[in-house]
Amino acid sequence: MATHEFAAQESHAHAAPQGFIRKWVFSLDHKVIGLQYYFLALVAVFVGMFLSLVMRIHLVAPTATLPLLGDIKPETYLTMVTMHGTIMVFFVLTTAPQGGFGNYFLPIQIGAPDMAFPVLNMLSFWTTFLGFIVMIAAFFVAGGAPLHGWTGYAPLSALQSSGPGEGLGADLWIISIAIFCIGALMGALNFITTTLDMRAKGMTMMRMPLTVWAWFVTAILGLLAFGVLLSAGILLLMDRNLGTSFFVPLVTINGQLTGHKGGSPLLWQHLFWFFGHPEVYIAILPAMGMCSQLLSVFSRKPIFGYKAMVYAILAIGFLGFMVWGHHMFMSGMSPYTAFAFSIMTMGIGVPSAIKTFNWLGTLMRGRIRFTSPMLFAIGFVSLFVSGGISGPFLAQPVLDIQLHDTYFVPAHFHLIMGVASIFGIFAATYYWFPKMFGRMMNESMARWHFWFSFIGTYAIFMPMHYLGMAGMPRRYSQLTEVTYLHGLIPLQKFITYAAFVTIAGQLIFLVNLFWSMFKGKRASDNPWEATTLEWTTATPPPHDNFGGHTPIVHNGPYEYSVPGAPRDYVMQSDPQIEPAH
Amino acid sequence: MGLILLIIIWLITFASTYFFIAKTWWLPAGASAAAAGIDHHFTTTFILMGIVFVAAQVSLGALVWIYRDRGSSSSKVTYSHGNAKLEIVWTLLTTILFVGLNLMSSSIWASERFRSAETDAVRVEVTGMQFAWYFRYPGPDAKFGTTNPELEDASAGGEAALGLDAKDPASKDDVVTGTMVVPVNREIEVILRAHDVIHSFFIPSMRFKQDAVPGLAIHMHFTPIQTGDYEILCAELCGLGHYKMHGMLRVVSQEEFNKWLAAREAEKQ
Repeated sequence: MATHEFAAQESHAHAAPQGFIRKWVFSLDHKVIGLQYYFLALVAVFVGMFLSLVMRIHLVAPTATLPLLGDIKPETYLTMVTMHGTIMVFFVLTTAPQGGFGNYFLPIQIGAPDMAFPVLNMLSFWTTFLGFIVMIAAFFVAGGAPLHGWTGYAPLSALQSSGPGEGLGADLWIISIAIFCIGALMGALNFITTTLDMRAKGMTMMRMPLTVWAWFVTAILGLLAFGVLLSAGILLLMDRNLGTSFFVPLVTINGQLTGHKGGSPLLWQHLFWFFGHPEVYIAILPAMGMCSQLLSVFSRKPIFGYKAMVYAILAIGFLGFMVWGHHMFMSGMSPYTAFAFSIMTMGIGVPSAIKTFNWLGTLMRGRIRFTSPMLFAIGFVSLFVSGGISGPFLAQPVLDIQLHDTYFVPAHFHLIMGVASIFGIFAATYYWFPKMFGRMMNESMARWHFWFSFIGTYAIFMPMHYLGMAGMPRRYSQLTEVTYLHGLIPLQKFITYAAFVTIAGQLIFLVNLFWSMFKGKRASDNPWEATTLEWTTATPPPHDNFGGHTPIVHNGPYEYSVPGAPRDYVMQSDPQIEPAH
Repeated sequence: MGLILLIIIWLITFASTYFFIAKTWWLPAGASAAAAGIDHHFTTTFILMGIVFVAAQVSLGALVWIYRDRGSSSSKVTYSHGNAKLEIVWTLLTTILFVGLNLMSSSIWASERFRSAETDAVRVEVTGMQFAWYFRYPGPDAKFGTTNPELEDASAGGEAALGLDAKDPASKDDVVTGTMVVPVNREIEVILRAHDVIHSFFIPSMRFKQDAVPGLAIHMHFTPIQTGDYEILCAELCGLGHYKMHGMLRVVSQEEFNKWLAAREAEKQ
C-alpha cells in the first residue's frame, strides 16, 4: 500500500506553470481551481440573490413597475422562482463548499501535493463553468427562462406548449443541468480517488479532519446521484424534442392533443428526487464538516465524539438515498410506500441530532474564542437546529397533507439546506482566507456581516413557517386571488423588508472580501493556532503545497488543550502525543 | 460577545416560539372529520419539537456565554474526546422520539389513505386543467359517462372542457360544475384527474391535499362536518396562472344538496 501511495503521488506531480493562461485560467493546480469554483459561486450567489429580491418585491407589490425590469408578469415571477432555485442549488450550494473549498483544502489537509487527476479537475471546473453560461443564456432566448420550478416536474417541463419559457429556455435549462452533472461526476471521482489514494503517511482514515470526511462522503453521494439526474435530464430532453413519452401520458394542453401517450409523470419525480434528496446532503455535509472543525478549533477542545461524528456522516449519506419519497407523499404514490419513506426520514433525524449534541458537547467546558469564523459556526448550529426541527413535521405524511407545497417547506429547506450551508461557506471563507490570500479579513466588518445575516435570516424564514401553517401555497406570484391570503400580506411585507436589510448586509461581505485581499493585515502561517496540515505550510501554499517535502502525520486532527503539551494545540504533524484514552 | 450572542439567540428563540404558542397565524379552522385528529397530532409534534428547539437554542446561547475565553481567569479546558455512553443515550432517546411520533400518526394516515371510500360515499370527479377546476357528478345512474380527449374544448368550459362524449348513454345525466357542492356529514369520494400538467387539489379547511396527475385517476375521500364555503387552491406549480387556479367548495345540508343536484339535472334536460 505504501509503495502504491508513493506511486500515485509521483505520477500526478506536475511542474509549476509559468504563463498567465496556464497559471490562472486553464490551471491544473487544485488551489487555483478551488478559487475558480469559489468565484463562480460568488457570481452565481449574487445573481440568485438578486432574483429573490425581485420576487419579494413582486409578491407584495404585484403591479409595481421596477427600474430596468419594468412590469413583472406572473410568468416572469415563476421564471425567477425557477432560476433562483436552480442557480442556488447547483451553482452555489454544490459549487462553493465542494468544488471551492473541497478542491483547495482536501489535498492539503491530507498532505497531498494535488488532486489525483489534475487534468480531470481542470475539466470539471470548465464543464461547470460552461453549464453556468448555458443556464444564464436561458434568460436571453426567445420566451425567456423556464417557469417549471427547480424541480422541473413533468409534464409541465416536458411540453413546449405548457407555458412561456418552456421552449428553448427550458431546453437550455436541462442542457445546463446535464453539463453540470458531468462536471460534478468528474469532480466526485477525483475527490474519492484523492481521499483514498493520496493521503500522507500516517494520515489514517480515522485521523482525517471531519471536513475531509464530509467532502469524501459528499463526493460519493455526488457520484451516485448526479448520474441519475443526468439520465433523467436526457430522457426529458428526448420527450421535449424527439417525441418520446417517458414522462408524458396522453395529455392535452388547452384542449389540444400533444401526441404523447403512455409516459409516467411520477417517474420523473422518482428520478429527480433520487438525486434531489442526496443533493440536500451534498449541500449541507461540507458545512457540517466545517462547523465541526471550527467549533473544535475555537473552543480549544477536541471535537466531542469524533467517531460518532464520522459514523453520523456515513449514516446520513447512506440514509440520504432512501428517503426521496418523502417529497412525494401527495404525488399519487402508494400510501404504503409513503409510510416506509416516512420512517426512514424520521430515522435520518437521529444522526443529525447526534451531530447537534456533539457540537454542543464540544462547546461545553471549552474556552471559546469569538472569531468571525466561529460566529458563523455558532450561527450554523442555531440554524441547523431551527431548520431541522421542522423536518419531523414534513416527514410525517399525515402532517404533510396540510404543509406540503406551502411556505412551511421553503422555510424548512432555506434554513437548513440554504442558509445553514451558506453559513458554512461564510465560516470557511473567514477561516481559510488568510491561508488562501495571505491576509486576514477585517474582523469588525465580519461581525457586522454576521449580525445582519444571522438576525436577518431568522426575520425572513421564521415567519414563513407561520405563512405555511396558515395555508399560503408556494410559487404563487400574487396573493390577490384567494380571499384568505389577503390577511397574510402584512407578514409577507415584513419578510420583504427583512430581505432588503439582509441582502444589504451581504454587501459588507463583498467589500470585506476584496478589500482584505489587498489591504488586509498580513497573516502568519497559522493565525488561528489550528492543528490540521494546511496550517503547517506557507501562506499562501506553494504550488506543490508543502514546498518539496511530504508531511508525516502522527496525531488526530483535533488535539487541543492536551494536558502536559507545551502549547494548547498539537499539530497533526507534531511528534505523537500519548493517546488520551 | 458571548453575552450578546446569548441574548440574540434567546430573543430569537422566544420571539419565534411566542408566535407559535399565541397562534397569531395558525392552521385554518378544520371542518372535516379528519381535521381534529390531524390537528391534535400537529399539536403533539409541535410541543415535542418545540421543547427540543427551545432546549437546544437555550443551551447553545448559555454554553457560548459560560465557556467564553475569559483570558487568564478562564477555567481549564477539559481535554476530552467525548463520551460513548452519552452518545448511546441520546441516540436511543432521539430514535424513540422520532419513530414514536411517526407511529403515533400512522393510524390517522392509514384511515385517510389505506382504505377506499365507503360504498355509499358521494362521488365527485375533480378535473384540473390550466387554470381551472371542474367537478362532475355521475347523476341518477351513478355512472360517469366516458370522456374523449379529442372532444375537449377548453374555451367552452363545462362538459365541453372535459370532453364528455354525448354518445355514451351514461353521460346523459352527468352534471359538470365550476363549484363543488357536497352534503355535510357524508363521506365524499373524489376521483382526481388532470388534463395537461400536474395540479394539486388543496382544501385547507378540510385538511385535504392530493396531486391530480395526468394519466392517473386517484381516488381519495374526506368527510365535511360543517356547512359553509371553503376555498380550493392549486398547490402544485402548474404554469403562469397557478396563483389564480381557485375554486369553491360549498358544504350544504343533504336536502339542499339533493335540491341543488336535481336543479342541475333539470337544467340539463
